[in-house]
Amino acid sequence: MADLTTYVLTSVGLVFFVAGTLGLLRFPDVFTRLHALTKADNLGLGFIALGVALQAPSWREVALLAVIWVLALLAAGTASQLVARAARAEDEDSG
Amino acid sequence: MMPVFDATLCGLILAVALAAVAGRDVFRAIVFFIVYGLMLAVAWVRLGALDVALAEAAISGGLTAGLFLVAYGRLAAVGAADEPAGLLNPPAALAGCGLSAALGWAWFALPQPDRPAPQLAEALPRSGVENPVTAVLLNFRAWDTLLESVVLLTALIGVLMLARVGAWPGRPGLAQHVRPGGVMAGFGRVLPPVGLLVGVYLVYVGAERPGGAFQGGTVIAAVGLVATLTGAFRPPAVDAPGWRAALVAGPLLFLLWGLAGAVIGNGFLTFPPTLAGAAILAIEAALAVSIAVTLAVLVLGAPEQAARE
Repeated sequence: MADLTTYVLTSVGLVFFVAGTLGLLRFPDVFTRLHALTKADNLGLGFIALGVALQAPSWREVALLAVIWVLALLAAGTASQLVARAARAEDEDSG
Repeated sequence: MMPVFDATLCGLILAVALAAVAGRDVFRAIVFFIVYGLMLAVAWVRLGALDVALAEAAISGGLTAGLFLVAYGRLAAVGAADEPAGLLNPPAALAGCGLSAALGWAWFALPQPDRPAPQLAEALPRSGVENPVTAVLLNFRAWDTLLESVVLLTALIGVLMLARVGAWPGRPGLAQHVRPGGVMAGFGRVLPPVGLLVGVYLVYVGAERPGGAFQGGTVIAAVGLVATLTGAFRPPAVDAPGWRAALVAGPLLFLLWGLAGAVIGNGFLTFPPTLAGAAILAIEAALAVSIAVTLAVLVLGAPEQAARE
């Protein structure tokens, strides 16, 4: 049962990563691409961490996975804000 | 399943390495170099070399990348960031190929090393630590590590010499301007405590498990850089006494302990087994502080602000 849930959750995570990568490559401007990227980072990594957590031998690993996910959220969120602000400043300069 | 993963990883490493050296855009090359460092770290994990993986991720993927980005920013500021025309830079290509050929030759010329497992397992109880990598770095081959820490200090002195006359002795690097209450400022308050915990843990745990002064020190340096770049922390002027003490603490303690070994032990840098554990912990802690401060100031650079406000 735990194995099956792991397969399902990590697969869902991978789908988010693939979709995010597609969006990063295909979307027209910085802001929509950032949207795709943060979806992959946040939800994709979250589902994979959740799936892997079911295989963890102890609560310590589960806690570590949670910390990794939260730190990735923090870094991705901050970076996308900064990239978006830089892109907007560039837009205003040129337009 | 794992062979597929390994083959994919090797292919990716080669492709990313090629993308980093081919191509003319300097910024693109730096981004590929960062990815290359992270991929190599994953490869080291696959080889079971967790200590090397940590060092690779922290130093190559993090710190060297930071140095490159700072250098790129300065090149861009003087309009020199664009590579001149021409696909190939013959001297650089020749030097790169020559270095690769020399390394390849060395690889085949060196004798196949015996796995050091039996001798190491036998000597490990006398080293004072349980992590064989730390035992080699801080005890059996302490000489190499001592010189490495001195090399870092020398590199920093070289960078500090680039300070302009009017800027000495100011705070290292440029003044940082951050919007109060903004995203950067918030990030700079949330991340450093967590990073500091990770860095200190890595130094402390190095005696038993993968970790150590270089890995932990690099993480602490990164924490200092995040805090500085986000305006949460203003580094003191380069002539502050505590600053200089922090820079030399590691190499100095290492050297003193080495000399003590010459007096009470079997020679320079030999650790009596009964004292080795405590000595290594103390040296690692001091080294981590020195490495952290040295690396952070290396990235921030020589003082550029007016010396006294």
